[in-house]
Amino acid sequence: MENSAIIKINDLVKSFPMGKTHFTALRDINLTIGRGEFTGLVGPSGSGKTTLLNIVGSLDTPTSGEAWVLDHSVGRLSARQSAQLRKEELGFIFQSYNLLVVHTVYENVEFPLLLLKIGAPERKKMVMDALEWVGLTDKVRSKPPQLSGGECQRVAIARAMVKKPSLVLADEPTANLDAANSHHILKTMVNLNRELNTTFLFATHDEKVIKYLRRKIYLLDGKIDKISEQEQT
Amino acid sequence: MKTAFKLAYRNLIGAGLRTWLNVIVLSFSFVVIIWLKGILMGWDYQAKSDMTNWEIGGGQYWHESYDPYDPFTLAESHSIIPQQFSDEIEQGDMVPVLMVQGTIYPQGRMQSITIKGIDPDQDLFLLPTHQLDTATDAVPAIIGAAMAESLQLDRSDHVTLRWRDARGTFDATDIVITDIFSSNVPSVEAAQVYIPLAILREMTMMQGEATLLTFRDPEAERPAVQGWVHKPKEVLTASVDRMIKTKTAGQSVFYTILLLLAMLAIFDTQVLSIFRRQKEIGTYIALGYTRREVVGLFTVEGAMHSIFAAVVGALYGLPFLAWQAEVGWTIPMDAGDFGMAMAQTLYPVYSAGLVISTVLIVVVITTVVSYWPSRKIAKMNPTEALRGRIQ
Repeated sequence: MENSAIIKINDLVKSFPMGKTHFTALRDINLTIGRGEFTGLVGPSGSGKTTLLNIVGSLDTPTSGEAWVLDHSVGRLSARQSAQLRKEELGFIFQSYNLLVVHTVYENVEFPLLLLKIGAPERKKMVMDALEWVGLTDKVRSKPPQLSGGECQRVAIARAMVKKPSLVLADEPTANLDAANSHHILKTMVNLNRELNTTFLFATHDEKVIKYLRRKIYLLDGKIDKISEQEQT
Repeated sequence: MKTAFKLAYRNLIGAGLRTWLNVIVLSFSFVVIIWLKGILMGWDYQAKSDMTNWEIGGGQYWHESYDPYDPFTLAESHSIIPQQFSDEIEQGDMVPVLMVQGTIYPQGRMQSITIKGIDPDQDLFLLPTHQLDTATDAVPAIIGAAMAESLQLDRSDHVTLRWRDARGTFDATDIVITDIFSSNVPSVEAAQVYIPLAILREMTMMQGEATLLTFRDPEAERPAVQGWVHKPKEVLTASVDRMIKTKTAGQSVFYTILLLLAMLAIFDTQVLSIFRRQKEIGTYIALGYTRREVVGLFTVEGAMHSIFAAVVGALYGLPFLAWQAEVGWTIPMDAGDFGMAMAQTLYPVYSAGLVISTVLIVVVITTVVSYWPSRKIAKMNPTEALRGRIQ
């Protein structure tokens, strides 16, 4: 596996104003994540894993230090450049799926391709391929309210993967799923990671997810507590 | 932009009943505004057409002393018709009218009137002047229906007419009502008695004289003539334009209220959307939209209500408007009471300009109203929005 750095974080600090003082959510974060990794930010609630994931996803900016994502310093990007990075290179999977409820499964998965202005025939093929990866080709016309939680998360994975991004950021992707669905979803992501060499970065405290991670970055009170690597189970 | 339109379309269709309720309210505004404006345009067209046919033709020359708002000027407002108009009068393309103040005494009552001498053979006006070419024991006269009703006069009735001749001497004779006509132009009917021009000239000793000269062709070059004032058709119909303008301003209040109601619905939907769809807004940003582009998407979404409304409005509005243009709208009270050129039934007239301008105005207003609350998105924190937290 090619292991060139896709994420490089140097002395990152993130604090939020809280009344007259500041709350520091992340401090002294130094981290490198290579291409093709299947890595998780692990820690209890409030440890700063979602904040770090948001900064890597260029949805937020560091207070100090630098976060390099695909050779872009997130804190220095303009709103347009930041959006461009997310549009072209990043895929997001959220705990509560964040599907567009009035759109069909097909339209949800098609959405990132519309933003990339990909032509209709190619778009259709890419959407159907993505739905095939997650086993939902029979649900193209369904709308999210008609799907189970597991199916919704599979749609979200298809939407994140359809444009074959370099990096997928998954924030507690199994938190709303039962064990069987969680394993199904995680296996799907492991397969996509292997087949497409897409880097996956999770934020989780779910043991089911942790079992699948090849590298675990433990966060505690906004700091990296330890990093452990293990072979995939 | 194309993507924004596509997404906005999907979002609106997906929103179902909420969208269609707004669209129906807005489409109603479209149809009512076009109909009301059409009625005004129809009224304007009809009033000018009636004035042309009954009173002003293609324009007039007024005797320089004539002032329609001052009856005392009538005594001086007459002179010999200039020689240069002889041919036009001969061909029937110009009609001279002599006007004299007079009094009639119907059933013992006294009524001041204007006696108008007009050629019975004229065909420039719709006035039934051929009824003046009747051999009777008294001077044949025609009057308007409104005056006939107020004075309780009928066809064949005799009534005494008194006037002053050119020397200021009073004289009187009987007239017989040979016809009663009905027009939509009150100024043609009110307190006016039409008798043959030749007889009036003889009665007043004003041979070859006139007060007004009405010509048929509004386009022909009209020279300045000493002692006479040229009044082009646009000047003579300016009062109609002013009246329609006043009415339009009055009606604008009604449109504004109607539009406000529709815009309130759109505004309300937008505000609610921004609060209820925070997660969706966050998702758009996560997937690669800038906040400005999300503002654009929500604005297009709101503005698209007006496009849908135009289509829905066309579905039921076109047959309705076409039917109205055919059967007209009959005013539920007597149009004669309004004291202005107005038919009892008004036929709306629609122009492409009217439809396009109405659609444009509604689309622009809807876009502004949609943009206004959407600006809040530009200040949203995307990470908070993704969690659906109200900001």
